[in-house]
Amino acid sequence: MKKKQSRRLFCMGSVCLLAFSLAVPAHAKKLNVVTATTDMAALAQEVGGDRISVESIAKGYQDPHFVEAKPSFLLKLRQADLLIVVGLQLEIGWLPPLITQSGNARIQVGANGYLDASQFAEILDIPTGTVTRAMGDVHPLGNPHYWLDPDNGRRIAKGIAGKLGDLDPTDASYFQERYQDFDKRLSAAEQKWDAEMKPFHGRKVVTYHNSFPNFAKHFGLNVIGYVEPRPGIPPTPSHTIELIGFMKRENCKVILVEPYFDLKTPNSIARETGGKVVQYLPSVGGEKDVTDYFKLFDYDIGLLTQAFPATQ
Amino acid sequence: MKTKIIWAGIAIFSAIPLWAQQADSSPSSNGAPDVAAMQQQIRDLQDRLILLEGQVRMLKGAQQPAPPAAPAQGAVAPSATPAPEVPVAAVTATSDQNISLGGAGGSAAKALNPDISVIGDFIGAAGNGTVPPLAQQTPFSALQMHESEVGLQAIIDPYARGDFFISFGEEGVDLEEGYITFTALPKSFVVKVGKMRSAFGKVNTMHNHVLPWIDRPLATTNLVGGEDGIDDAGVSIQRIIPAPKGIFLEATGQAFRGDSGEGPQSVFKSWQRSNVSTVAHLRSYKDVNESTNVDIGLSYARGYNDFGPDFLTNLYGVDATLRWKPLRRSIYHSFIGRGELFWSQRQQLPVEQKAFGFYTSADYQLGRRWFLGGRFDRSGRSQFGNLTDQGGSAVLTYWPSEFSQVRGQYRYTNYAEGRSANELLLQLIFSLGAHGAHPF
Repeated sequence: MKKKQSRRLFCMGSVCLLAFSLAVPAHAKKLNVVTATTDMAALAQEVGGDRISVESIAKGYQDPHFVEAKPSFLLKLRQADLLIVVGLQLEIGWLPPLITQSGNARIQVGANGYLDASQFAEILDIPTGTVTRAMGDVHPLGNPHYWLDPDNGRRIAKGIAGKLGDLDPTDASYFQERYQDFDKRLSAAEQKWDAEMKPFHGRKVVTYHNSFPNFAKHFGLNVIGYVEPRPGIPPTPSHTIELIGFMKRENCKVILVEPYFDLKTPNSIARETGGKVVQYLPSVGGEKDVTDYFKLFDYDIGLLTQAFPATQ
Repeated sequence: MKTKIIWAGIAIFSAIPLWAQQADSSPSSNGAPDVAAMQQQIRDLQDRLILLEGQVRMLKGAQQPAPPAAPAQGAVAPSATPAPEVPVAAVTATSDQNISLGGAGGSAAKALNPDISVIGDFIGAAGNGTVPPLAQQTPFSALQMHESEVGLQAIIDPYARGDFFISFGEEGVDLEEGYITFTALPKSFVVKVGKMRSAFGKVNTMHNHVLPWIDRPLATTNLVGGEDGIDDAGVSIQRIIPAPKGIFLEATGQAFRGDSGEGPQSVFKSWQRSNVSTVAHLRSYKDVNESTNVDIGLSYARGYNDFGPDFLTNLYGVDATLRWKPLRRSIYHSFIGRGELFWSQRQQLPVEQKAFGFYTSADYQLGRRWFLGGRFDRSGRSQFGNLTDQGGSAVLTYWPSEFSQVRGQYRYTNYAEGRSANELLLQLIFSLGAHGAHPF
């Protein structure tokens, strides 16, 4: 009995030792990347491969405007070599105090380890003229939900690859190769997605929040209205009635809803208009099996290509 | 730097028609493959343009004063090229926005201004709210513009940020907080210098407008300085302490001049330079799962009191918070249960006074706009440890939007003298401008 135990102990010990000896040198080299959202994490993972470890603060099924600034995130941030944010004030309600309290000089705003991914992407809905809160919770720098366009995904990945190379010059060529490979795979996938969406070019949709413009632009959809009367303002009866009338006139039958919004109002709109509610995913990780940037589009396009013919 | 980018942008704009002309002629001579190549080139150009736009946005965001000519350049560019519609529109939009942001004739000097916010706090009260002479509460008047808090916040330099919260009452002005935070110190230390709400417990750190009630708990009023709390000029050092099993542990040490609280709510008073007060706080936090977490803190404070230069007050505190917020429905439902216990030891003549007080509260979010809460209070008085006041409150809050809040609170107080008060408080909080997020 004792012998058995000691043998088991020895086995466990040697396995641990082996694991340790393998893990340590590899781990010591890895860049520690923390991202605000899962989409940035997915793109960083594509180009960073096994040379980085990456973790997102927000979950894919969470409203990225309203993340709680939990202290446990500080534990991640204080170790980070690179913080990638979506920017355009998406995280203004929760990220700044986390950055301040992290005690990590590398990731402070403007430091080398702080990367605002919006600088690489095509930004839509940049308000012209005066911005006031009478418009609701508008983003004065433009729409921050820009990652739902594969072309932007490519641009962001390229930017991240460049930044990773800056921080870890020995692996710079590795990151560039990974980017080239990602670019190729994304172009191939894009062709497929474009072909799948082509029959529905110009179709009209309504979304809950204005988080869809980049997707709509890329795939030629027409967003004619929102369930929210203004960004960040919950639906009101008068706006809902108006929207139902408008959808009927425009013959629009697809209502896209992010996974973190209540379905009550969208469902009643669908009943009135004979339309269909589609719970699309704005982010990677919104559902368990949507684990990377490609699967995100596969999933959403899958939903849309089913919903459009069903509501003809 | 910026001029360079703009010139590069112009170069690209003016190059596009050239390519377009080539594209026109190519199908006849070479056929389809060339068109694809052209399309690829246009796509590449579009990418470069988007990158340039991004850099311009970043430059603006980095608060670097732009050259005065910038908007004019942006306006010239679109007329030069009618070809790529969307990026051009975006460029014009950005430059328009620049004008409206930096209203000083495009000098963009305002881009360096701090984020400015004002939060109004209007309170109305009804019912019988007379406070016995020895009790420490300040009654609310029938209608008052209780506080107008002006916030000025900005990043100072690559090493620090600054935060000012100036509180205008109906009669006077008070610097509620004004401090610099050094964010880039070695060994992960975070240091604050200035006037700040001390880290003694939870409620003491909170501004009025983030409280889940209209008033502050009895225990805070009786033992920890009331509305102002322990809020003093000094230095704060905090650091995260490595801990196992995903536990967040943070220690804070603070030293202040030694003046906190006013009148009957006075906690510390500095009679001479050596009368500094100190505050120590240890915070531990753990995620139970992704929607539930527990936050427990221990606090200690020591300083001289208003009885005389040789009389010390020691304060001990324990706070516990349980939060629940399901991530998928985070904007609709949440729960916060909280309790704080305070022990006060106050040296005075003829005998030292020991007092104990606590509150427990629970707040549940019913829907996107509605919150329901309650609080139970019980506390001795710092100068009369054996006189214990008790009370309870029910609170209903409505949020028209993220930026305004209407709240009603029914408050019952039973004072140690045997007198009791029934009050109805109403509050309207409204927020202008970009008020920075508060720590969790």
